[in-house]
Amino acid sequence: MSTTYAPQPGSAPWTRKVLSHARMEFRLLIRNGEQLLLALVIPLGLLLLLGGTGLGDRLPLGDGRAVDLAVPRVLALAVLSSSFTSLAIATGFERRYGVIKRLGASPLSRTGLLAGKIGSVLAIQVIQLAVLVGTGFALGWKPVGGASAVIGVVLMIVCGTAAFASLGLLMSGILRAEATLAAANLLYLLLLVGGGLMTPVDEYPAGMQSVVRLLPSAALANGLANSTIEGVIPWAAALSLALWSALLAYLVSRTFRWD
Amino acid sequence: MPVAVEIDNLVVRYGEKTAVDGLTLTVTGGTVTSVLGPNGAGKTTTVESCEGFRRPDSGQVRVLGLDPIADHDELMPRIGVMLQEGGAWSGVRALEMLRYVAGLHAHPLELPDLIERLDLGTCGRTPYRRLSGGQKQRLSLAMAIVGRPEIVFLDEPTTGLDPHGRREIWQLIRDLRDDGVTVVLTTHAMDEAEQLSDQVHVVSAGKLIASGTPDVLTEHGAKSLEDVYLALTAKPAKETR
Repeated sequence: MSTTYAPQPGSAPWTRKVLSHARMEFRLLIRNGEQLLLALVIPLGLLLLLGGTGLGDRLPLGDGRAVDLAVPRVLALAVLSSSFTSLAIATGFERRYGVIKRLGASPLSRTGLLAGKIGSVLAIQVIQLAVLVGTGFALGWKPVGGASAVIGVVLMIVCGTAAFASLGLLMSGILRAEATLAAANLLYLLLLVGGGLMTPVDEYPAGMQSVVRLLPSAALANGLANSTIEGVIPWAAALSLALWSALLAYLVSRTFRWD
Repeated sequence: MPVAVEIDNLVVRYGEKTAVDGLTLTVTGGTVTSVLGPNGAGKTTTVESCEGFRRPDSGQVRVLGLDPIADHDELMPRIGVMLQEGGAWSGVRALEMLRYVAGLHAHPLELPDLIERLDLGTCGRTPYRRLSGGQKQRLSLAMAIVGRPEIVFLDEPTTGLDPHGRREIWQLIRDLRDDGVTVVLTTHAMDEAEQLSDQVHVVSAGKLIASGTPDVLTEHGAKSLEDVYLALTAKPAKETR
């Protein structure tokens, strides 16, 4: 009896599937010029402008040296671009091209798909962090707080990624690919200017402050700023992002579909 | 032979439209079974119910004894699915995609043999968006069978292939069946269904209207399957004054 195609079904171990998926998404992302623009070129350009040209001294970044104020906020922007905008657009087009459907009929599983996507985002963020922190130091950035600052930054990146990745997955699950592309870019710009990302909440008009303060973008940027400027672990910002993550992840679980 | 797929009184609606309307059929394990029907007859919805993409409004679907939605993670490693179109990232290279899908399975087929059989070597480094229609079809088929599934669902597997390519895929489908894989085929190519099928189900307006072996349906070759199909699915003649 021939055994060439004889059934021998089975799933690869969960960790192998997740790593395999994360590697695949990472490879595809670094081949994609538009995605690299969002993930690296825009944050890097902004950091050079704000921290290296004197422009940061003229903008409402807060009190202190421009480069010290700019680095944590540009890090927040980088987290937003990789975990939200990039992820939402990529997932929207995966749905359009039938990739999500194809994977739905594979052994990957929903948790495997989501874990693989988060793994790919975290890998991109390691590169973002290395490039932006390295550039920050080259521009004279002097963070304070030592280990507390490091813990605070990592905590903020993890919590911010959880919240914004959930938002990106939610958006790509309920909108068409083109609408996701438009809405993700629009929200990126709105949060950049009006979401407490580049400008501290205290610099906003009094009527807006209480609203802006509640946004996950403000929590992320302020948490990162508190970590590296004051050297504290920003527990309140972490709690805010954790609550956003829980709400958005619940909505993702209610709206997720394989096609 | 065991029952591989059991569909009992399946109803699937899209809003007001009833796509599948009380359909009942079975697929015997180790056979090639074709599901035929006009466009919009409910073939794809029926097959997608077996693949876990559609939730029945009523009725029951069992694939290898499992519920495709409730037992999704247990069932998926055991089945192979060839989508009618798409199913790969636009920038992924053909063999990169195949290796990725193979890596999700515990005992994938030997890739060099599969690549040679489906003639994917020459386009292995080509991005998916630049593959020809036939190359996309062959890659999609490779992804469906690479995990050594017990049952494969093939949605119009030879669309876009030249006559040589069609014959090669037909032989591959026969080899899959001979090695014990259950094949469920949806196609508009009546010669394909007649050549390959052990069992044919004809679906129209969401209902099963005929079932049988090609030999029985064609009255032992007295008619072609296409003639039988056209008679079964003919629209009622319009009244003339």
